[in-house]
Amino acid sequence: MDLSAIDPVILIASLMVASTPILLAATGELIVEKSGVLNLGVEGMMITGAICGFAASVQTGSPALGFLAAMVGGAALSMIFGLLTQVLMSNQVATGLALTLFGLGLSALIGQGYAGMKPPPTRPLDLGVLSDLPVIGKIVFSHDAMVYVSLALVALVWAFLRYTRAGLILRAVGESHEAAHALGYKVVRIRLMAIGFGGAMAGLGGAYLSLIRVPQWTEGMTAGAGWIALALVVFASWRPWRLLLGAYLFGGITVLQLNLQAAGVAVPAEFLSATPYLVTILVLVLMSADRSRAALHAPADLGKTFHASS
Amino acid sequence: MIRLEKRPSPSRAWTAATPVLAVALTMVAGGVLFAMLGKDPVAAIRIIFWDPLFNEQFASYSRPQLLVKAGPLILIAIGLSLGFRAGIWNIGAEGQYIIGALAGAGVALAFYPLEAWFVFPLMVIAGGLGGWAWAMIPAILKTRFRTNEILVSLLLVYVAEQILAAMALGTMRNPEGGGFPGSRNLQQYPAAANTELIANSGMHWGVVAAFVSVIAAYVLLNRHMLGFQIRLTGQSPRAARFAGVNPNGLIVFCLGASGALAGLAGLFEVSGPAGQVSIDFNQGYGFTAIIVAFLGRLNPVGILLAGLLMALTYIGGELAQFMLNLPAAAIQAFQGMLLFFLLGLDVLTNYRLRWGKREIA
Repeated sequence: MDLSAIDPVILIASLMVASTPILLAATGELIVEKSGVLNLGVEGMMITGAICGFAASVQTGSPALGFLAAMVGGAALSMIFGLLTQVLMSNQVATGLALTLFGLGLSALIGQGYAGMKPPPTRPLDLGVLSDLPVIGKIVFSHDAMVYVSLALVALVWAFLRYTRAGLILRAVGESHEAAHALGYKVVRIRLMAIGFGGAMAGLGGAYLSLIRVPQWTEGMTAGAGWIALALVVFASWRPWRLLLGAYLFGGITVLQLNLQAAGVAVPAEFLSATPYLVTILVLVLMSADRSRAALHAPADLGKTFHASS
Repeated sequence: MIRLEKRPSPSRAWTAATPVLAVALTMVAGGVLFAMLGKDPVAAIRIIFWDPLFNEQFASYSRPQLLVKAGPLILIAIGLSLGFRAGIWNIGAEGQYIIGALAGAGVALAFYPLEAWFVFPLMVIAGGLGGWAWAMIPAILKTRFRTNEILVSLLLVYVAEQILAAMALGTMRNPEGGGFPGSRNLQQYPAAANTELIANSGMHWGVVAAFVSVIAAYVLLNRHMLGFQIRLTGQSPRAARFAGVNPNGLIVFCLGASGALAGLAGLFEVSGPAGQVSIDFNQGYGFTAIIVAFLGRLNPVGILLAGLLMALTYIGGELAQFMLNLPAAAIQAFQGMLLFFLLGLDVLTNYRLRWGKREIA
């Protein structure tokens, strides 16, 4: 075992890369849940985004088009969920699970023949002097554009929810769809938009995995990232900046356990691989044990079916 | 303009009709999917649904497989349906299935090569206990800390998969296996083998357990106070609280029962059709069983039929892979589609369609 082989600077830098996929997906799911909808299909939308993005960028040679295709793919899949839960009023838990099962199958179907291929490379942004700064330059200013996009999106979502009228309406729909409906807001339409946004973000997160983090396509490559994103929303008690904290915590554990495996620690590799999931469970328990806080921030109408009966 | 009007109570006729309709619609949509993949849709549907049972060339192999595949699906789905009825979502059956198999196989490997009558019964107990214990983690976290059982049970699947890998590569590896991953083959250890009870029928102890579980669940739900409490909690948690139902007790019971049944399914699989603990031992039965539970309307008899149908799509899917070069994933997407149609059509069970202009209320 050689722990000195682990370089803290590289560790923190790769932490940001490792946490970006779940940060993107969780930011999308945050908006969905704020509108009062629980979409458990994040895993399915992520993996669909991963293959749509991969296929598109291999075909066109452009990572940017790949990310665009991933957003379209994720959003398209989320619209199945939207149609079923909002228009046909199906159970959200069951429909979300169906979306995950379907997405895993569909992605494997699309992905045939893409295994073992290499996507066009994405270069780190050239930030000039900033990237050359000692330590900080390497940690913060030497990533690809998507890392910064994900940070910007967290800020945007935060500002949207806090300062805009549309954000207020979205939250109102999530807190009480009956009241929002009585005020004349189109509950179903607003929720469909939120679901679509969540799908696009999950797709983006998936594409980040297949295009940059891994980068290649393998069946089931998201390996629970979508579920961890869902847990992250609970951990963050539905607040965007806490999401960032949670994502980096998770990313840190993922990177650390990979480094420990590489350093040859005397613990079986399988147990190290299980740590991100175990830590997620632990964090969920800690959050939910604090009853007052968990109840305070969850949207009141989360997961309830809305039917405008009158 | 079509408008939906809530029914006072779910329509019984539609409750029975929607699964059939959903299967029919899935065949149509699946046909379109197969056509898009460049396969003959009619041939694909026939190979998946008809040939495994009635084609002379394949039926002798496929018919026993029907029970082999339906057994674990039914066993797991029966357990899940209890919780789903009460709004308790155990979606980690796949993990409980793995742990049950590991616990059972662990007992067998510990006794190897002792030939005694009590080895197999002990394995069954260990398998059930293993699955139960794994399901108790989300149950206890839910009752003590109100942690979401959906996320915890699901995340534990990934943990269980890692434990499975560690066991197959390490602790349980066959010492005489020449270094290959995977345990001893339990089929070659008579005291532990879950053999076919009737030759060429596919009937093994797991299938028997599945049938028993169907009957037990039917009696529980229709004739027992606990079953009434489960149904009541599902329909109105508040009313259930007033009726004196202990919600925590129900959570522990539902998760424990589904975990134990999933564990048993894993044990019967590892000692029977699969034969050994290997890295890719789990085949997603725990997830497909969720579809089976819904397709069967969370009703024991319905689950029995749904399990057989789902098993048919597995076998038919394998046949289509071999005959038409249809990718394995296509059948997975096909099963997901089935659940979509079912959930979507459920609107007809709970709502009435009305034609005409919306009045101003």
